[in-house]
Amino acid sequence: MSEHVLLQMKNIHKSFPGVKALQAVDFELRAGEVHALLGENGAGKSTLIKVLGGIYIAEEGEIFINGRKVNIDSVNASHENGIAIIHQELVLVPYMTVAENIFLGREAGGKLVKHEKMERDAQELLDAYGLNFKADTLVKNLTIAQQQMVEIIKAISYDSKILVMDEPTSSISDKEVSFLFETMRALTAKGVGIIYISHKMSELEQICDRVTVMRDGMYVGTEVVKETNKDKLIAMMVGRELTNYYTRDFLPQNKEIVLKCDNIADGKMAKGASFEVHKGEIVGFAGLVGAGRSETMKAVFGLTPGSTGDVYVDGKKVSIKSPVDAIKYGIALVPEDRKLEGLYKVQSVRFNSTIEVLGEFIRRLRVNAEKEEEITQKYIDMMATKTPSQEQTIGNLSGGNQQKVMIGRWLATSPKLLILDEPTRGVDVGAKAEIYGIMNELAKQGMSIIMISSELPEILNMSDRIYVMCDGKVTGCFAHDEGVTQETIMKLAAK
Amino acid sequence: MSRFQKNVKTYVKENLGILVALIAICVFLAVFPKTSGVFLTQRNIFNVLRQIAPNMFLACGMLMVIILGGIDLSVGMVIALSGCFAAGCVSRYGLPIPVAFLIGILVGVVVGMFNGIWIAKTTIPPFIVTLASMNISKGLAQVYTGGSPVRVVNDEWQFLGAGYVGPVPVPVILMLIVLIITAFILNKTQLGRHIYAVGGNPQAAKFSGIDAGKVKFLVHTYSGLMAGLAGVVWASRMYSGQPTAGEGSEMDAIAAVVVGGTSMAGGSGKLGGMIIGAIIIGVLNNGLNLMNVNTSWQYCVKGIVILLAVFTDYIRNR
Repeated sequence: MSEHVLLQMKNIHKSFPGVKALQAVDFELRAGEVHALLGENGAGKSTLIKVLGGIYIAEEGEIFINGRKVNIDSVNASHENGIAIIHQELVLVPYMTVAENIFLGREAGGKLVKHEKMERDAQELLDAYGLNFKADTLVKNLTIAQQQMVEIIKAISYDSKILVMDEPTSSISDKEVSFLFETMRALTAKGVGIIYISHKMSELEQICDRVTVMRDGMYVGTEVVKETNKDKLIAMMVGRELTNYYTRDFLPQNKEIVLKCDNIADGKMAKGASFEVHKGEIVGFAGLVGAGRSETMKAVFGLTPGSTGDVYVDGKKVSIKSPVDAIKYGIALVPEDRKLEGLYKVQSVRFNSTIEVLGEFIRRLRVNAEKEEEITQKYIDMMATKTPSQEQTIGNLSGGNQQKVMIGRWLATSPKLLILDEPTRGVDVGAKAEIYGIMNELAKQGMSIIMISSELPEILNMSDRIYVMCDGKVTGCFAHDEGVTQETIMKLAAK
Repeated sequence: MSRFQKNVKTYVKENLGILVALIAICVFLAVFPKTSGVFLTQRNIFNVLRQIAPNMFLACGMLMVIILGGIDLSVGMVIALSGCFAAGCVSRYGLPIPVAFLIGILVGVVVGMFNGIWIAKTTIPPFIVTLASMNISKGLAQVYTGGSPVRVVNDEWQFLGAGYVGPVPVPVILMLIVLIITAFILNKTQLGRHIYAVGGNPQAAKFSGIDAGKVKFLVHTYSGLMAGLAGVVWASRMYSGQPTAGEGSEMDAIAAVVVGGTSMAGGSGKLGGMIIGAIIIGVLNNGLNLMNVNTSWQYCVKGIVILLAVFTDYIRNR
């Protein structure tokens, strides 16, 4: 790492309606260093990177490259300043060759493409970095790790001096990770600076020189990796304000076990999680993105064919092969990704509210329209959903109100156990508090709730008991009165 | 306001564009010198409705398939196949005519089930599956007939396509029955809700425990049933099963559905709009015939009207 400062971001501000995503953030990258960007989900890492990539425009603040002030107001401007971002989801064209992908949009030979020259140039680059695949291979035939390498080569071919890598190791094997690190070292040796985003603490020591921690859209501090330790970094990451959050009524624990799961695995992200849920309690599942919490719950809910493990409902072993079975046993699951997994967005609030309980009002070839309206209204009232009418197209409601309809939809099945996956994601503060209030009320009435959440304050405030998951397994379990802190949870969640 | 009045009001509001278009076409035909004497006669109105019937059957199946986010290209050639089989049953094997009609309809059901199995059990796009079964049906119809029409000279045979009950043509009565059944399935059954759910968000339907395969199978079978029915009605009216009957009519069915305001993206779609869509296409065919416009130009006019209808919808929803 040299002393030469490649990139300096000063006092960056960016806000979205209702949210201050970045407040006075500073960041510095030197030539030849790997600089980690660390923070919980929602800390503002992605927003900062998007400002650097020209996807978002900062409202305030300055960016200097090699000491010269630059104006990054578009993706092209970002490229021209030598910045390349390798996103978590790779953006290569699958049915084109490696060479075509590398030179996409600036093909050799003007209007008539000179394939040989492009392939030759691409192959030279591949060879220079010791990559063992050919430039004429179709990208779709490469592994994820190889595709990442293509992205990196593409960045180098642009002569990029600043490389951003967003969780590059999240979906590749250990062997591929070490090769990736070798390539990164080869790059830094040439004076490239790399911004490295990862949740994996263990990787910091292996590859990073310095680390900058962000929290709640703010800059917390920058440390030299060799001179700091995991505990100190975790303390910097967490410590979000616990005030302004909902206060629950905690009741003494009911000994009755509603759900018990042993060794739930799906062959991928869930790797043998075991846990139990008592009657009338809210159980929080904490962990980082990719810890396998959603996958574990999907396996329990019968959505993952071929998943293994034992599930007991009310003490009896059951076999849940599909969501229909799960619903039959009184389990409901409100999925994490509302748009993709929940909403019928061109349909009405009423359609969306009643799709799980059609049997209650469509009987003997007759629709009982009054009953349908009654059910819909019951959950609109219960969830305090703000909608002009039941006929309103759900896609036109706000995120918070959409979420309330989703929760109402599943409450209509009268479940014993409600699984909420990130129930307050993309939901405004007011609706958040209302959702907490309803959860509290339901638990008091004896419903058991599993809440998966990546927000630690939410987990700490709402849970009777907390499970922490990491790498597909449960790594810790606490009761709410054991004095557990954000640090304790983070230590168990971060590998 | 009663529920009925409210329904009528939303219906008019939702379909305003195409309703205006339909009325405009009718007014034009009623005053245009060449057609003014004929168009609004009872005889011609029933005639138009009878001509519309087969397309309405196809469109009922097509609507459901499109709400599912798919397409059924096979229905046109199923008309030929089922018509030829039904005619063959009478002229070659001497079966009773009602039995022959049932067999013809059954041929459609079988093709629909064939489509349904492929589409439910694999991820091969409906476009490809039904493109294949379209060709298979076409081929089978030609093989069975040797390429020439199978004639049936029998008054009883004509009842289904050309007969009357009182002043009302039989196909018009069939059309009303089919529309009622289709409306019923879409609006009054769990299956109907499931069709919208699977078409609107397959992933969410999975979380809801809806058996998407079963829904797809049933819908394609229904589309096949509708095509089979259209086939025998058509063959009845033509006194024969013709191996080229119905060629391209899948496109008229698709046109009726999209002119009716249904999005090809799936998840939404209303029978009410589709009915107007089918009527517009039918009235247009009739009017252009009355005006002695040659068939080549008729295609152009039809194409332009389809584009304009969908474009108005696009403007309104932008």
